[in-house]
Amino acid sequence: MNGLINRALQGFLMETYGTSVWEAVRRDAQLGFDDFEAMLRYETGITAQVAKAAAKRLDKSPAALLEDVGTFLIAHQKHERLRRLLRFGGNDFREFLFSLEDLPGRARMALPGLDVPEFILAQKSATRFELTVVWRDSQLAPVILGAVRAMADEYGALVLLELVEGDGPDAVMALDLLDNEFAEARSFELGEAAL
Amino acid sequence: MTVHTATEPGLYLSAKALDALLPMHIWLDAEGRVLRVGPTMSKLAEGETWIGKHFFSLAEIRRPTRIEDVRALHAVSGHRLGLRLSAMPDLQLRGQALSLPDLSGIVIDISFGVSFADAVEQRGLTLSDFSPCDQTVELLYLREAISAVAHESRNLTDRLIASEHAAQTRALTDALTGLANRRALDDLLFKLLHEPAAPFTLIHMDLDFFKQINDELGHAAGDAVLVRVAQVLRDEVREADVAARVGGDEFVIVLRNCDDPMFVERIAERLIDRLEEPIEIGNESCRISASVGSTRSSSYQRPDADQMLRDADLALYASKRAGRGRHSFFSSEMNSGAK
Repeated sequence: MNGLINRALQGFLMETYGTSVWEAVRRDAQLGFDDFEAMLRYETGITAQVAKAAAKRLDKSPAALLEDVGTFLIAHQKHERLRRLLRFGGNDFREFLFSLEDLPGRARMALPGLDVPEFILAQKSATRFELTVVWRDSQLAPVILGAVRAMADEYGALVLLELVEGDGPDAVMALDLLDNEFAEARSFELGEAAL
Repeated sequence: MTVHTATEPGLYLSAKALDALLPMHIWLDAEGRVLRVGPTMSKLAEGETWIGKHFFSLAEIRRPTRIEDVRALHAVSGHRLGLRLSAMPDLQLRGQALSLPDLSGIVIDISFGVSFADAVEQRGLTLSDFSPCDQTVELLYLREAISAVAHESRNLTDRLIASEHAAQTRALTDALTGLANRRALDDLLFKLLHEPAAPFTLIHMDLDFFKQINDELGHAAGDAVLVRVAQVLRDEVREADVAARVGGDEFVIVLRNCDDPMFVERIAERLIDRLEEPIEIGNESCRISASVGSTRSSSYQRPDADQMLRDADLALYASKRAGRGRHSFFSSEMNSGAK
């Protein structure tokens, strides 16, 4: 799945800052090829390497940039298929949160062997959750954070979300679900898929 | 509703509980009239009231056999049914009927089977229309996920084919002029000589006075001249013919399906005329010409690429010796002259 994220990183830089910025970042990061492919698997660390080069050029922190990529991955029209697949997780954001633990199994039904992050959700109080992301590339946690935040927007939920210090090597984010039905959800019909 | 036999523990379910457990059920009374319809099933009815209607006027049971009355339905209680609803006649559904105690009624639970995608689309069903235990949503998810993966794979394949094609074109193209290169020429001659093909003519052309331009005005000017020459070649040969740059200022043209010396002569003269037109580069006006030699495949018993290239080259040198800016046909006397 890091191909998908790398491709989104490239797409985000091209759409937001222009092709020339992407070209420069690609050179700075000494990528050695022109484009990322969503379907291919890349070595761990390459995303962080490109994000670092881009962050330097754009005078941002790599984490903030990766978070934007996560949002782009859900909210941009070109990722409509992915957005739809995630909406299958539930009727509202709370259900979606609980469905995250099923996500790797679901993804592998379609594409066996896909490297998808594993999620562990712990409910701390009525509105407070702790989401642990187990992934081979823990540097990519901000992408997940951005994507979860975009999904909250998608469902019209109001959340506070931040990465916190975890006990182990895995990324942990604290999530306050302030209002599950804060705004109207973006439209989603089960049967409207453009296959 | 109660479902039990004398020896088994019974179970009482409220109608609401039944709705939640089996949102696609139809509950019939002893005569086969509809008593109650599950919430998702009533979406399929699309506003039509089924309550009180006779079940067999709403549905057609086709498997295990055609069943048209309540008695026959009791007889297949617990079996897998294949049925259609007159409200959605194109969907093949599956179900199970269960007789209630003392034949006081029948509950039929229905599922979409493989028609799930059409049903969901036609009736605008949502996640909450399915029981959490129903795998239909998973099937919908899988269907979309597989389609998304297939879509990406197709795109990837298309891009790979396009880039392979581009690489292949690059490998066969002279980078400066965009004409064919030596490798492309060799491939073409191999094809023309090893596959049945009409006779063709090979023209070898060498620019005159090009070296002076390179020496006096620099390589950039020389390159500009070569690009201009390539344009003339493209303009003057026919669509099917191939012009190749095979050396610094050397070109080979293959006139396919051409065995007519008059035609070759005309093309050669026109090429030379056009190449002799002054070329403006910056403030300079450059003049070049070309010496041309040609040979026809039909003049050999067994035409051979190297032989033909050598002979066209000999004819070219004959043109140079005769004073440049002209065209000569190869003739066998040139061979002895060369020795």
